[in-house]
Amino acid sequence: MSNNNTVQKKPKLDIKLLGRVVKYLVGAYPRLVPLSAVCIIVSSVVSSIPAIFMQKVFAVVNTYTESGNFDWSGAKKEIVPMVLILISMYVVSLVLIALWRQLMAYITQGFLNKMRTQMFDGMQNLPIKYFDTHKHGDIMSYYTNDIDTLRELVSQSLPQLLTSGVIVLTVLCIMLWYSIPMTAVIILGVIAMVFVSKKVGGGSAKYFMRQQKAVADTEGYVQEMMNGQKVIKVFCHEQQVKDGFDKINGELNKVSFRAHAYANMLGPIIMNIGNILYVVCAVVGGIFLTVGMTNVSFRGLITASGFTAVAFSIDIIVPFLNMTKQFTGNVNQLSQQVNTITMAMAGARRIFDLMDEKAEDDDGYVTLVNCKYDENGNVIETAEHTGSWAWKHPHGDGTLTYTPLRGDVTLNGVDFGYEPDKQVLHDISVYAEPGQKVAFVGATGAGKTTITNLINRFYDIADGKIRYDGINVNKIKKSDLRRSLGIVLQDTNLFSGTVMDNIRYGCLDATDEQCINAAKLAGADGFITLLPKGYDTEVTNNGANLSQGQRQLIAIARAAVADPPVMILDEATSSIDTRTEAIVQRGMDKLMEGRTVFVIAHRLSTVMNSDVIMVLDHGSIIERGSHKKLIADKGTYYQLYTGAFELE
Amino acid sequence: MIKRLAKCVREYKLPTILTLIFIVLEAVIESIIPFITSQLVNNIKAGAVLGDIIRTGLLLAGMAIISLCCGGAAGFTSAKASAGFSTNLRHDLFEKIQTYSFSNIDKFSSSSLVTRLTTDVTNVQMSYMMLIRIAVRAPLMLVFSVIMAYVMGGALATTFVIVIPVLAFGLILIARKAMPAFTRVFRKYDKLNESIEENVRAMRVVKGFSREEYEKAKFKTASDDICADFTKAERIVALNAPLMQICIYFNMAVVLIIGSRIVITSGGSTIDIGELSSMLTYGFQILMQLMMLSMIYVILTMSAESAKRISEVLSEVPTIQNPENAVTEVSDGSIEFENVYFAYTIGVRRQTLENVNIRIGSGMTVGILGGTGSGKSSFARLIPRLYDVTSGTVKVGGVDVRDYDITALRSAVSMVLQKNLIFSGTISENLRWGDENATDDEIRAACELAQADGFISSFPDGYETKIEQGGTNVSGGQKQRICIARALLKKPKILILDDSTSAVDTKTDALIRAGFDKYIPDTTRIIVAQRVSSVQNADMIIVMDNGRIESVGKHDELLKSSPIYREIYEQQTRGGDSDEQ
Repeated sequence: MSNNNTVQKKPKLDIKLLGRVVKYLVGAYPRLVPLSAVCIIVSSVVSSIPAIFMQKVFAVVNTYTESGNFDWSGAKKEIVPMVLILISMYVVSLVLIALWRQLMAYITQGFLNKMRTQMFDGMQNLPIKYFDTHKHGDIMSYYTNDIDTLRELVSQSLPQLLTSGVIVLTVLCIMLWYSIPMTAVIILGVIAMVFVSKKVGGGSAKYFMRQQKAVADTEGYVQEMMNGQKVIKVFCHEQQVKDGFDKINGELNKVSFRAHAYANMLGPIIMNIGNILYVVCAVVGGIFLTVGMTNVSFRGLITASGFTAVAFSIDIIVPFLNMTKQFTGNVNQLSQQVNTITMAMAGARRIFDLMDEKAEDDDGYVTLVNCKYDENGNVIETAEHTGSWAWKHPHGDGTLTYTPLRGDVTLNGVDFGYEPDKQVLHDISVYAEPGQKVAFVGATGAGKTTITNLINRFYDIADGKIRYDGINVNKIKKSDLRRSLGIVLQDTNLFSGTVMDNIRYGCLDATDEQCINAAKLAGADGFITLLPKGYDTEVTNNGANLSQGQRQLIAIARAAVADPPVMILDEATSSIDTRTEAIVQRGMDKLMEGRTVFVIAHRLSTVMNSDVIMVLDHGSIIERGSHKKLIADKGTYYQLYTGAFELE
Repeated sequence: MIKRLAKCVREYKLPTILTLIFIVLEAVIESIIPFITSQLVNNIKAGAVLGDIIRTGLLLAGMAIISLCCGGAAGFTSAKASAGFSTNLRHDLFEKIQTYSFSNIDKFSSSSLVTRLTTDVTNVQMSYMMLIRIAVRAPLMLVFSVIMAYVMGGALATTFVIVIPVLAFGLILIARKAMPAFTRVFRKYDKLNESIEENVRAMRVVKGFSREEYEKAKFKTASDDICADFTKAERIVALNAPLMQICIYFNMAVVLIIGSRIVITSGGSTIDIGELSSMLTYGFQILMQLMMLSMIYVILTMSAESAKRISEVLSEVPTIQNPENAVTEVSDGSIEFENVYFAYTIGVRRQTLENVNIRIGSGMTVGILGGTGSGKSSFARLIPRLYDVTSGTVKVGGVDVRDYDITALRSAVSMVLQKNLIFSGTISENLRWGDENATDDEIRAACELAQADGFISSFPDGYETKIEQGGTNVSGGQKQRICIARALLKKPKILILDDSTSAVDTKTDALIRAGFDKYIPDTTRIIVAQRVSSVQNADMIIVMDNGRIESVGKHDELLKSSPIYREIYEQQTRGGDSDEQ
């Protein structure tokens, strides 16, 4: 292999983590999980005992045939009761197995459901930073691959581990009961077997890991090429791309073959080692018999009340042979389950990491409440929906003040960095009075979007103050703060559901009429009514059935229906062509009327009519003023406007 | 469908056949082993003559070793065959997709093609391995075991034969009941995952609207629903184990009672005690094989869906193919549209392009303007035959584009697509897509023309700068200019820019156009744009509206004659005179 450095070490089983999974499992079903465990244990013990009774039946049959006694009625008296005991054991085992299987089906799914919802709930509470710093594909795989491994773990590996473990112990006890030397022989054989299976299984695990990487490489290549398929066609680049794919495909073939070859060979190897061990036992037993060696057993120790030498007999060897297979089979199961569980723990670790992730903290105590005004103009809090809002501000001395919601936003000397040592905003001050339109202009990376991230507290500032209606935003409960801010982003994200559902996302109790009005305001009504099912058209696959511009219009309608006093439009019309934008403009103007609006736009025609335009450069405001003033100043804005600078 | 996939086995027929041979051998030996085992038990019983024990033991050990070799070899060859088969499948799929036209790609969507090439192929690979190993082994073992049981136990073996149909019926019933339940659950599961993905992607929207609790509630409902369905399905499957146990236990009890009776009354002459214990092993083996068969049934039905999706891709007919006796030389860069109608899908009420007639002379610069959905991009896409017209003809160099060899046509007609895509690899590797044998000087010249040399040279690694997947480490405007340079390297007779300078500032945009006039004056240039400034100096401007040509002319003429052109112009120049500079 060329890439030996990618060989990962075989991971060790993390007992503590496994303990945590089990604790979660028991926590989810404090009665059912122990009950199933008891069922599994008892049924395993019960199902390893019949071998003894069978042996006894054989022994009876044997004595009869050897003594030449063909009298069935005599034998019947001895055999039938034993078979009856056997049957009753079967019944017990059957009932228990049926019970625990049903229970486990129920528990597994319930447990997964609980894990899933907890993960999702936890995820919803995480700060935006988490999503900015983690690949979305990785987060998704926690919900798909890792949850799947958990399912396997709970529904199969754990019960199997318990079953095999109990059987191994029971059989070991029985074997010791019969003969210690024979047991020693078997154990030696089993150790050899486990050794081989570890070797082969380890090889398989190693290549499965490599296969995973090869699969990821193939997926990456395929994804890139499928997305770029049209470019490939335009450049007639099919052959080169095919050659590239064949190379990656060949590597995948190599590792996939090896991984499966090892895995496939494991079964026959283990089974036949079991067969050979059987022969070894038979031969050793034969030797013991012929040599007339004395047997040492726990039975002998107990019944003969002391160490009494008893010679080996056929009655010992024959049941032993039968137990060999059972024993080896289950030891092997045990070692395989330990392997799968070790692998599953990697998935469990990722899931717990997500759940342990620190939630977005919210120590805000100023809340947004419905209000009305009494005859003196004082604010009174009400439970009903009045359409007027006020900030409810409890103070340390137990008093309450109400501040009407107006939409006055000020930033004062704000510094910020996504990482503590890399400051991206320097001493930013912005004063936006209610109803004003404030625009941010600047190159990519100048910090325009960052400012809006701070106003709604997706990120927290390092220094300075941001005030909303004169209240420090740190004191405002985050959900209420965000409720008072409407955002429309450049990358429009829609949810599956109808167009109507998507608009209603802005205000869940809006009527259909309100939603349609919002759409009209945003200029979206026109194309929506032309869709096959109008407002009931299903949005699929993040709106793949709509154009980017149409998605933006829906997003604007969504923000409009929320009717917030402050709106942030971050490149909200970038994908709408200038002609359509001109048509939408009137609606947009109406939408912005009476609101404080922050606009970030690439296209200067969008920001020209703002009350104040801030030109940002490398995290600092370098120019501010109205369009007229900035043009007159002949500074950076003027150069941008005349196309002498490139906006990126 | 199976025939279509079977074609991909190709050079892996030998390992497949070898697997089958090894599996048959293994199955035969494995069904004899319990018989030998019973001999060994008898040997011990018969007074344990060491010689006998060792002889039978060696026989058994020998068989075990042969079985091990056969089983191991089968594992090896089956892995070879199935990995190879899937490699061929992937190769064929990928190759087939390369022959797809734009409309074929649109039909499948790239994300679904990715799934088909990855997950679906893996599913089929696993089923293929199952099929050649277990699906052959299980019925064989079943038959052999029944035969051996009859050979050893005579009439006693009939108990197994009675149990087999009962168990088979039960297992099939369970599989039948469980399968639709599982298909339903998996579909819902996919939906749930989609909604998780939506949330992860749209987290800013969720948080921006403070919809966390709403999303949690929505998720819980969906997750609970899946949980209930899944539990139902799993509980049906959980019936397998007890059913199996009942059959095994029934067999054991019957064999013990009746068997002992036969042994005793016949004095061990019909069956002896060793054979009796082997009968139990055979009984167990028979039932295990049935279990295997039902498992295979489930897995095969589940992967049938994947197989179907793969064969859909393989049997798709590319809508654009090379004609026979194709013309391989494009004489000049003239373009002609004659009564062209075009629609992306058949049967729509309004076509994307309707009755388009235009003549563009070689070496002209043509601007195309119009609102979203006016058909300006569609117009451009017909020239390199990315799509075929519904009716009418498109001619390049005086020849119908459908008569050209596609590679020849597309080498002569270079198009920069709206979606600027560059691939992972270095910048120069990306540029060489245009011309593999381009010298460094040629590359630099193309980049200078596209105004890309400046920023590329400013990178520490210059032209050897690595582009990350998706081109995330260069800006939109830089990407556009790399794309233009890449298209220029083809030295085309016709160059089409489909809104390719939207992220480039007006000054650079103008520089690029000026460069075209100076260095490639003989190349016909088609510029689809949103900015009037990008096209106003063109020899000819085509204004599109609702799939039709609204008007054609020069800037000054159109200002007078075309209301749409005038509107766009005024809207863009309102409040400033920047474009005149």
